[in-house]
Amino acid sequence: MTRFREGRTVPVLTVLAALVVLWYGFAIYLNAAWQLDLYAKAKTDWTVSDLVADTLSQDRPVLPAAHQVFVEIWNTTVEKPITSKRSLFYHGWITLSATLLGFAIGTGLGVTLAVFIIHNRAVDRSLMPWVVASQTIPILAIAPMIIVVLNAVGLSGLLPKALISAYLSFFPVVVGMVTGLRSPETQLLDLMRTYNASAWQTFWKLRWPSSVPYLFTSMKVAVAISLVGAIVGELPTGAVAGLGARLLAGSYYGQTIQIWSALFAAAALAAVLVILVGIANRLVLKRMGMAQ
Amino acid sequence: MTRIQSALATLLGVGCLAGLALPVSSMGSPVLDAPAVALFAVCGAASLVRFRIALPFWIDGLISVLGAVTLLAALPEIERAGIGYWMLLLAAWASAWLFVERLLDLGPIVRQDRFVRLLVPICFGVWILVVWEAVVRGAGIPSVLLPPPSAIGVRLLSSGAVLWADFRQTFLQAVLIGYTLGCGSAFLCAIAIDRSPFLQRGLLPLGNFVSALPIIGIAPILVMWFGFDWPSKAAVVVVMTFFPMLVNTVAGLAASGSMERDLMRTYAAGYWQTLFKLRLPAAAPFIFNALKINSTLALIGAIVAEFFGTPTVGMGFRISTEVGRMNIDMVWAEIAVAAVAGSTFYGVVTLVERATTFWHPSVRRG
Repeated sequence: MTRFREGRTVPVLTVLAALVVLWYGFAIYLNAAWQLDLYAKAKTDWTVSDLVADTLSQDRPVLPAAHQVFVEIWNTTVEKPITSKRSLFYHGWITLSATLLGFAIGTGLGVTLAVFIIHNRAVDRSLMPWVVASQTIPILAIAPMIIVVLNAVGLSGLLPKALISAYLSFFPVVVGMVTGLRSPETQLLDLMRTYNASAWQTFWKLRWPSSVPYLFTSMKVAVAISLVGAIVGELPTGAVAGLGARLLAGSYYGQTIQIWSALFAAAALAAVLVILVGIANRLVLKRMGMAQ
Repeated sequence: MTRIQSALATLLGVGCLAGLALPVSSMGSPVLDAPAVALFAVCGAASLVRFRIALPFWIDGLISVLGAVTLLAALPEIERAGIGYWMLLLAAWASAWLFVERLLDLGPIVRQDRFVRLLVPICFGVWILVVWEAVVRGAGIPSVLLPPPSAIGVRLLSSGAVLWADFRQTFLQAVLIGYTLGCGSAFLCAIAIDRSPFLQRGLLPLGNFVSALPIIGIAPILVMWFGFDWPSKAAVVVVMTFFPMLVNTVAGLAASGSMERDLMRTYAAGYWQTLFKLRLPAAAPFIFNALKINSTLALIGAIVAEFFGTPTVGMGFRISTEVGRMNIDMVWAEIAVAAVAGSTFYGVVTLVERATTFWHPSVRRG
């Protein structure tokens, strides 16, 4: 009983169940108009149970029911071979590889720039205001241009998408790491000075370890946003492959079930990535003796 | 002089000497064909004297301005730049960096000065534009790949009417309406949820989880439901802004301390009085945080939603079609408008925050 009152599992499950009920309610309500139209044209008699059953099993519903989406996901993952162009694993992997490559590039560059920023006052003062300001502008708008321009110089496929992901994940990492590398207190920095530690030693023995929690916090944001970058990066090339392409193709041909299944696949991918970063965070902090 | 300063000073001097000796254009014409550039090169080379006699820091600022102006002005004459030109550009960049280094080395009073705090990043931004212009035009990069900033500026001025129409469609309609609806409904939801601890525990983890998902993917669905015009974009903005606002407001409503709440109870304050006089003011920093995050998200949502289908107006529409027609300067102009709109929006929210939560320690600053 205390678990019920204190824990989060029961409330979360209740809210989820309520969402599913709402979903079905909306599915019936939104799909009913078209179905009623169909009945009127065919002059069939219908009962409420017929209407419910039919609205939940249309081919191109306005809002597909949950089970339709999951059947579609099952069909395009487990039932199809991974190499098939209709397999969600195939499309998911294309998006995931761009995401991971971009995330790695963005995080690497972000950490490097943060190191420069804390070691040089001129770089700090010149760049930091721009890095902070860049958080307020919709940089995702630049994605189609990067894709098309890189295409024009002969770069296509993985790398342009990865560059967009890198670009998006770069800024949170810079901001987080600059805060993290500056997080040691003056006391500790002074102590390093009394030990006659060089800037290099201070960095590796004090600044870097104390910035690790900040690095993971910004990496969580960065990995989620680099997935968004990879998905948006797949739009302008005209639906070739990847989860973004599935979304676009679905919207061209009115395949709502396909859109929803791609959406759920993307959400699952984002969740897995964020959870993986979270697990890595916990392991690393435990190993470093910093776990709370 | 610190190590980095002497390195930059050497780079400046040696770069200018190399610029004097090497051809400035690919046709092989020497620097004397462009007398203004030659003047800069001589000045830069003469600055090597600093290793004997100390020069004041503003000399470096003057040299860098002279370099930027003369190098850009010489571009039409020399057309395709040669090795000497690049050396001089490098030297001018080094002098600008040296100027900033020495300016910040003058002491903490100068570093904290408002004007200096503004001057340094502006100096960097202007130099990015100068190098961009010089490299694109000097190396003859085709403007379908990367137009020079001057061409983008011309485009900004010449197609103001189109840009304004796009801005009105995307920003004034989709973004502002969606933002107001999304933040407003999330705020009301949060107050409703706040009354039930059970719902709080159920919704908060989900809300946190949802904010990590690529919600933008919902755009094609909403475009199907609400049609091509701005309501579908506003709907995307509503969905994108809802969860950050919900999570932050719920967290903010829990921010007031139990002592303060007990005090309200001893005053016999009712639920609404406690809400308006204590808990909402205490939640204001959290709410404004969400409003700031959402100001960026809203613009991204509206622009990306337009990639999935629009009437023939709108910032996202213009970006995707002009990219297809290889009018890259128009795309850059649109991006510049989006950047200005985004940072202005953010700035306005910050100003409102300063004006309304002036009492809070995070704004008061000591």
